[in-house]
Amino acid sequence: MVLITRKIEFSASHLYNNPNFSAEENRRIFGKCNNPHGHGHNYTLEVTVAGEPDPITGMVLDLKQLKDILEREVMQRMDHRHLNYEVPELAGQIPTTENIARVIWQLLDPKITQGKLHRVRLYESPDLFADCYRNGAAAAGKP
Amino acid sequence: MTSSLKLQLGRRYRFSASHRLHSAHLTEEENCRVFGKCNNPYGHGHNYIVEVGLSGEVDPATGMIANLADLDAFVQRQVLDDFDHKSLNEDVPAFRDQVPTTENLCVEIFQRLQSFPKARLERVRVEETGKNSFEYTGNNLEGNRP
Repeated sequence: MVLITRKIEFSASHLYNNPNFSAEENRRIFGKCNNPHGHGHNYTLEVTVAGEPDPITGMVLDLKQLKDILEREVMQRMDHRHLNYEVPELAGQIPTTENIARVIWQLLDPKITQGKLHRVRLYESPDLFADCYRNGAAAAGKP
Repeated sequence: MTSSLKLQLGRRYRFSASHRLHSAHLTEEENCRVFGKCNNPYGHGHNYIVEVGLSGEVDPATGMIANLADLDAFVQRQVLDDFDHKSLNEDVPAFRDQVPTTENLCVEIFQRLQSFPKARLERVRVEETGKNSFEYTGNNLEGNRP
């Protein structure tokens, strides 16, 4: 099995606020991420697909197709958007890196038909990222 | 759908420390041969990067596996306070009789972080320089299970 990874970047704004919490609780739990007008990040998304290289083409999947899927499913939905207000898939969820990574997995998984989606890694900054795997596959993804 | 997926949180921290690779079990010539310039008598330093991987359920109320403020405070207390701007050989008890290679450092940091109460520690990766890094996932492949 070979893992192939494609990376894209998008920029978006968000804020963390749970309407079931009081203003003080929101402030205490989410800190400056609770600032009312939101803030933004340059997100880096790494999408890893697992599969066997096709003997004819040498490819696990057509990277152009993957690029198109990422453009349609992620860039058009999230790039230069406010994640709290403009992405219906995140409605009712706090747009944390964990939740965004999971939503991206759910968007991509059914669209990737050559090879199998192995990992979605979303960086909010170089020092913070979330990994989403199919449950049970995490150990296989460890270097 | 949710339970069929596994989420891991990754967070990177930095500290600067000095060390000297030298084993009391080896002769001077052997130390010099094995450790090369890392054996220079007065030691040298690195800017280390520690990458921590944690797994757990995403709390629907907060959207988080673990609150980063809690994690940052824990790592600060358990690792950074003891390691940053210190001599690993002289200031960290674990390295009084263990060579402070990045392999050993990785295991030491894993052990110090294993008791984080809010999520399961899956892995610790330490970069000594941009060219080398080491990773420890505890005793079994699935990572540590408290």
